[in-house]
Amino acid sequence: MESTITESRETITAGTSMDETEGLTYPRIECKNINVSYGDKRAIFDISLPIPDRSVTALIGPSGCGKSTFLRCLNRMNDTIESCKVTGEIIMDGENINDPDIDPVLLRSRVGMVFQKPNPFPKSIFDNIAYGPRIHGLAATREDLDEMVEKSLRRAGLWEEVKDRLSSPGNSLSGGQQQRLCIARAIAVRPEVILMDEPCSALDPVATARIEELIDELRKRYCIVIVTHSMQQAARVSQRTAFFHLGELVEMGDTDQIFTNPRERRTEDYITGRFG
Amino acid sequence: MVQQLGHLPMGWLMLALLAMLASGGFFVGRVQAERFNGAAGSVRIHSRPNYHGYYVAMWTFVPALIVALAYAMLGEGIVRSLLAGELPANFRNMPSVELEVYLDSIARAAFDHGYGGADRVFSAIANRFLELQGMVKASAIGLALASAAFGFFLARRKVAPGFRARTRVEGGIELFLFLCAAIAIATTVGIVASLLYESLRFFSEVPFWDFLFGTRWNAQTSAEFGALPLFYGTFMIALIAMLIAAPVGLFAAIYLSEYAGPTVRAWVKPVLEVLAGIPTVVYGFFALLVVAPAIRSVAVWINTTLISAGITAEPLLAAQPTSALAAGLVMGIMVIPFVSSLSDDVINAVPQTLRDAAYAMGATKSETVKHVVLPAALPGIIASLLLAVSRAIGETMIVVMAAGQRARISPDPTADLTTITVQIVALLTGETEFDSPKTLSAFALGLVLFVITLFFNLIALRVVQKYREKYD
Repeated sequence: MESTITESRETITAGTSMDETEGLTYPRIECKNINVSYGDKRAIFDISLPIPDRSVTALIGPSGCGKSTFLRCLNRMNDTIESCKVTGEIIMDGENINDPDIDPVLLRSRVGMVFQKPNPFPKSIFDNIAYGPRIHGLAATREDLDEMVEKSLRRAGLWEEVKDRLSSPGNSLSGGQQQRLCIARAIAVRPEVILMDEPCSALDPVATARIEELIDELRKRYCIVIVTHSMQQAARVSQRTAFFHLGELVEMGDTDQIFTNPRERRTEDYITGRFG
Repeated sequence: MVQQLGHLPMGWLMLALLAMLASGGFFVGRVQAERFNGAAGSVRIHSRPNYHGYYVAMWTFVPALIVALAYAMLGEGIVRSLLAGELPANFRNMPSVELEVYLDSIARAAFDHGYGGADRVFSAIANRFLELQGMVKASAIGLALASAAFGFFLARRKVAPGFRARTRVEGGIELFLFLCAAIAIATTVGIVASLLYESLRFFSEVPFWDFLFGTRWNAQTSAEFGALPLFYGTFMIALIAMLIAAPVGLFAAIYLSEYAGPTVRAWVKPVLEVLAGIPTVVYGFFALLVVAPAIRSVAVWINTTLISAGITAEPLLAAQPTSALAAGLVMGIMVIPFVSSLSDDVINAVPQTLRDAAYAMGATKSETVKHVVLPAALPGIIASLLLAVSRAIGETMIVVMAAGQRARISPDPTADLTTITVQIVALLTGETEFDSPKTLSAFALGLVLFVITLFFNLIALRVVQKYREKYD
């Protein structure tokens, strides 16, 4: 009897991690009434936004609209900025991550992040990937670690290009490769959510296309939130889109709907290039 | 008139006069060029009128200044050689050194107007010296003014719409800046050359290898020039200093750049840098009067405890009133700001994106510092440590006061040691004759010191350069 329950639970878990879960989206993160201010200056006004699992949510909007600031709330990176104050609830797995009892260090191991500019550590390719598993004690043996590094690099589509030079420095790769290295590095910690802050803005079109393919691949396993300046990119890679303007959430919905049939005038003006 | 103005004010008056002439030249040049501008709209003037003004001013001022400087440097020499040519035969047959001394006394007497003494020949020569001096000075002034006028007219004639005054002025400025840089380099080269020359004289009397590897140093009383104990003392004290300064300075820098809030930082950083502003002589008497006695009493206590416990029969430590440890500790404190300030700069130069990357992976602050920030800053930190080492090796005042005079090789940190710098001071203070190997050995020591610190600085520079290539 007991073994059946365990078994069925395992089946469920296995099922959800498989690829046939397209469309079966439920909010992975529920943001309620988020306000952010830097000192006296308010950056984000009362934003509520559900973020679905196993899909890509794009945050678009003109510069300074607060989309990066909002993104950084999701792994409490704003804690590292002295003057920044965040209020509101961000519910993830039934917990409010803004709760002071939540350890941001643990949270960040569940919510990975990729930055605007590729920022590999000044270490070898191998050590860049192995860094996360090492500090979190994820690998018991050297073999485990090797396997994790290979798996992460494969998922980031970089393995074939670097497998023969894992010990050369991360900085020796090209810009696009470096960014995929950073994605592999984030994956290696086994996060559930991956945040990407304009991941392609420093890359050429070819490297950008590679990253976009990768994002499309990754969304089968992870909940992805991406900030982008390129509306084409948002349309290509995301399933949901949220349009920010002057610190407010103007509109959010399915990407197709936002780009073909926006409800708000401001959204339409922005995506048709009338401002921003 | 000219003589009554004396030496120094005369020079300043001359400079002021030349400056006035130059500004006159500036206006003449500018007005002339402005006329082209106004005369016809069709004429395109290459340089703005101001540049024509600067050009004329430059040519008025610089040649005259060169003449004036040449007089300031060579004037007295010319006067002397003129005077020496006129002296009676018995003077001319004097050995040249004696003649120089005699002329020195003449010049001094003439300068003080104290030549009305009993010696009639002497006072006659002194008067003649003054006359010659007046003549040379007057002709120098005349020459300076003539070259100012010559330069002025020559430059004025060039002022024309198509004349590229701006290019010329830029060239002049570049030359001036180059000369300033050249002075610094020439001085260094000169110092090194004189060090080398005197050292070679020393090594012609004392064999090089005996100096470098000899273990007995007794330059003051007997001629024993084995400098090894001095090198040993220098490195021992520098080592003790770095054992203090490297960890404390580095950790202070990490605290300041990674942990401290802006308010704490605003207070702690300047206070740390005050340490660098304390005169080393103050550190010196702190070491001598506070630290050295404390170390001695601790050493005495250890000795008596060990003896009474029956572990040793003889006192283990030397427990001298001045000691390597006292000098090293205080020097370590002195060097802390060098390490912390430079390391702080380097750590701050590590891009924030690297820290963000580590934090975003769930690294704690100390993990981020240990695995990401420090490795990235390591070359710069090494450079700051090397600069601190060369600073510690060259430091003089603290060791003169607190390290002692005895040249010996002893592993006991409570024993007194002596260093290269202490011995240089000892050799060159008080009565010294310039030709003895004793005095010359100071130059050899100085050369060694120079080579060592140069070596450390070069490595540090090289490391910093490599580091720059990585992040720019």
